[in-house]
Amino acid sequence: MLLRLLPGDPANALLGVGATEQQIAAARAQVGSDQPLAVQFVSFLGNIARLDLGTSFVSRASVLEEIGNRMSVTLPLTFMGFFIALILAVPLGILAAVRSEKWYGTAISVISQLGIAIPVFWVGILLVTLFSINLRWLPSGGFPLKGWANFGEAITGMILPALTIGLVMGASLLRYVRAATLDVLGSDYLRTARALGASFPEALIRHGLRNGAVPVISILGIELASTFLGAVVIERVFSLPGLGSMLLLAIQQRDYPNVQGVLFISTLLVLLIGFAADIAQRLIDPRLRSTGSARE
Amino acid sequence: MTTEIITAPQRQRRPLILWAGLILVGLHVFAGLLSLIWLPYDPTAMAGGRLEGPSLLHWVGTDRLGRDLFTQMMIGSRIALTVGLGAVAIGAVIGVTLGILSAFATRWLDDALAATLDILIAFPTLLIAMLVVAASDTANLWSAIIALGIALSAIVARLTRILAKRVLVMDYITAARTSGSSWPKIVAIHILPNIWPTLAVNFALQFGLAVIAEASLSYLGLGAPPPNASWGRILQEAQGTVYTAPLGAIAPGIALVSLAIGVNLLADGLRDFIDPTRRAR
Repeated sequence: MLLRLLPGDPANALLGVGATEQQIAAARAQVGSDQPLAVQFVSFLGNIARLDLGTSFVSRASVLEEIGNRMSVTLPLTFMGFFIALILAVPLGILAAVRSEKWYGTAISVISQLGIAIPVFWVGILLVTLFSINLRWLPSGGFPLKGWANFGEAITGMILPALTIGLVMGASLLRYVRAATLDVLGSDYLRTARALGASFPEALIRHGLRNGAVPVISILGIELASTFLGAVVIERVFSLPGLGSMLLLAIQQRDYPNVQGVLFISTLLVLLIGFAADIAQRLIDPRLRSTGSARE
Repeated sequence: MTTEIITAPQRQRRPLILWAGLILVGLHVFAGLLSLIWLPYDPTAMAGGRLEGPSLLHWVGTDRLGRDLFTQMMIGSRIALTVGLGAVAIGAVIGVTLGILSAFATRWLDDALAATLDILIAFPTLLIAMLVVAASDTANLWSAIIALGIALSAIVARLTRILAKRVLVMDYITAARTSGSSWPKIVAIHILPNIWPTLAVNFALQFGLAVIAEASLSYLGLGAPPPNASWGRILQEAQGTVYTAPLGAIAPGIALVSLAIGVNLLADGLRDFIDPTRRAR
């Protein structure tokens, strides 16, 4: 809705430069931008409630359908990247904390510091240079027109983008896993467990995992949401037809229904992910269940 | 294990981090300032052949139009620093004001503000910036700076709110109130001096975030238009010619990362330097 308040009538986007006054008026009536803003807003809310996100100004396609098509690229990409990040960050983060005095423990945490200083698109470009151009192992971008019907091509097109997301996200996640593990290592309950005769790995798995997981999961929610929305940049690097490139194109074309639709669905997903992370935390930590969420 | 054994090497290590950060950032400040008065070549003119490799004449080669890449990278330093400073300044003014107001506000207003900030923070800086840029009709450097400043202000506001609330419950605030100090005076004398070290460190981190986000915006074509050579745009152009001239897609990235790491190191070093409780240890 915010976008509608801005200068630039969407009707102009429908027409070319040399449109007559009558054509503009007709276009305005057609897209509804001649109505007062309040009327536009109310009808927008009504449509949202019926899950009708309207049709694109530019392509005339149903926004919801288009989002569905794009999701088949963005969702698998997000989850593959997330999965790669997890299998990198959790073991390496724990290792970096447990062996923090060894050289490789330090090396892991120093390298993970790079994660917050490297733009994700540059990692993508570097990976393309290495794997597509020098080694010629994987395609440098693109997605088959038939989508997942052409499974082999689709999955090979996904590997590099997912790896890019996984590496960058994994690096920032690793820092949280390491910090959480260090907290657990310095805790009294771990010392007590060791004193009661549990071996070090046993104490860590039995008592440490649950305690360390709580702060990490709240970060996981934020990271998953930001990966999903951060797909905009990755999709551009690898020219993938996902939700991100849809949003970018819609912004450039002032295609408001598409912009609104993508934002609405993204917001919904971000809130859902946050909600899911909240529930997961409560399942793991019984203390959070009784007191409710304590906010500062 | 005595305390001395742990702290002695740390005291050594900390100034080292501060120095490393200062040197990295200093290099970019030098290149950026120098680019105002002197450049190796005219940034818009063909200075050599197309896509030349590195040589003594062109340290990192030339781009697809034959322009000197090192010249463009120097301008890139200037743009990155401008964006970082501008975005952090905007984010600081809006964020600190909102944060202080929220800390002083009535319960429901504070709750409403806090909830709004939480939702805003859940969205990546880049997405908010994209929308603000899209909203302003022509993309230019200032629209990117304002967009990033607004996006960062939510993070600053939340931090300020938490920090200010922590100070507000102190006994000396009660003492100041009973002795008749006005609220603006309490903010100026008690709250801001107490919270600024933590805020300053956070600003340094946000500077790095802003630089990376601007590069991403430019990469997506939503940043400063040509001939402003932002690192993101240089990288986007170089991506197409990465087969023949890989250095063009690598060198600006290294510049970008070195500045981002520099400000992060600076933040780490600064944290210990300005926080007396840590310094005393």
